[in-house]
Amino acid sequence: MSESTPEDPPITLYRLQACPFCERVVRTLEEHDLDYQSRFVEPLHSKRDAVKRLTGQRSVPAIVDETTGVTMSESENIVEYIETTYGTGA
Amino acid sequence: MDLGFDVVELDEPDYPEEGASAPEFVRPLVNDEYWEDVALSELTADGPVLLVFHSMDGAFPATYIWKELADRAFDEQYDVTIVGLSISTPYEHKTFIADRNLPYRLFSDPQNGVAEMYGVVNDLGGFAGVSESRPAVFLIDGDRTVRYAWAAREWPEFPDYDEIENALDRL
Repeated sequence: MSESTPEDPPITLYRLQACPFCERVVRTLEEHDLDYQSRFVEPLHSKRDAVKRLTGQRSVPAIVDETTGVTMSESENIVEYIETTYGTGA
Repeated sequence: MDLGFDVVELDEPDYPEEGASAPEFVRPLVNDEYWEDVALSELTADGPVLLVFHSMDGAFPATYIWKELADRAFDEQYDVTIVGLSISTPYEHKTFIADRNLPYRLFSDPQNGVAEMYGVVNDLGGFAGVSESRPAVFLIDGDRTVRYAWAAREWPEFPDYDEIENALDRL
């Protein structure tokens, strides 16, 4: 089932349990009151193909924002994207 | 099963019967690559769901049930989404799915709350502080109405797969 249902929030966050970079993105999403769906992925980097198919690399965090069509990894970039797109200055 | 001695009998289960509404729940649903919180109603929105409660991953009843369900592949013949549920953690589910090439997704419910909601708890002897679900099968239609229900009354006991198929035929 790859089609998203209407109730699914537009933002999907690919994360790893207890990954500080992921938690940083979670914090930013919550600071901006954004609704998102968490997908917890394979801890072993070499097996993280679900993420690789999306972003071309296996690193998490990664987000997909269907509202803007953006797919992105690296917490620094994601935080900046969220702040620019959904922050008060946006 | 005729073993020539008594097998363990479980208490009479009190579960939602045919025609009852299947209790809604949200739990992590695990596939071979990731897991995410999913509501039962999100699955039934796409059509009927076969919800299979099974023993924790690694126990032989879980292996038997999933081998049979994978062999029968009801979802290739019928409009049905097949999902499992056990107390195993998402990590264990992911390993179980990978080891068996299981084409189905499994809900993870370590605190056994869904089995409690469905009246199919199995208190385990020799596992202090651990309870799981007894084997149980619910065929739930798109309106979240139970169309077929079965729960084990002995331990171990396995679903009647032909009965499940009959119920799928009647949908």
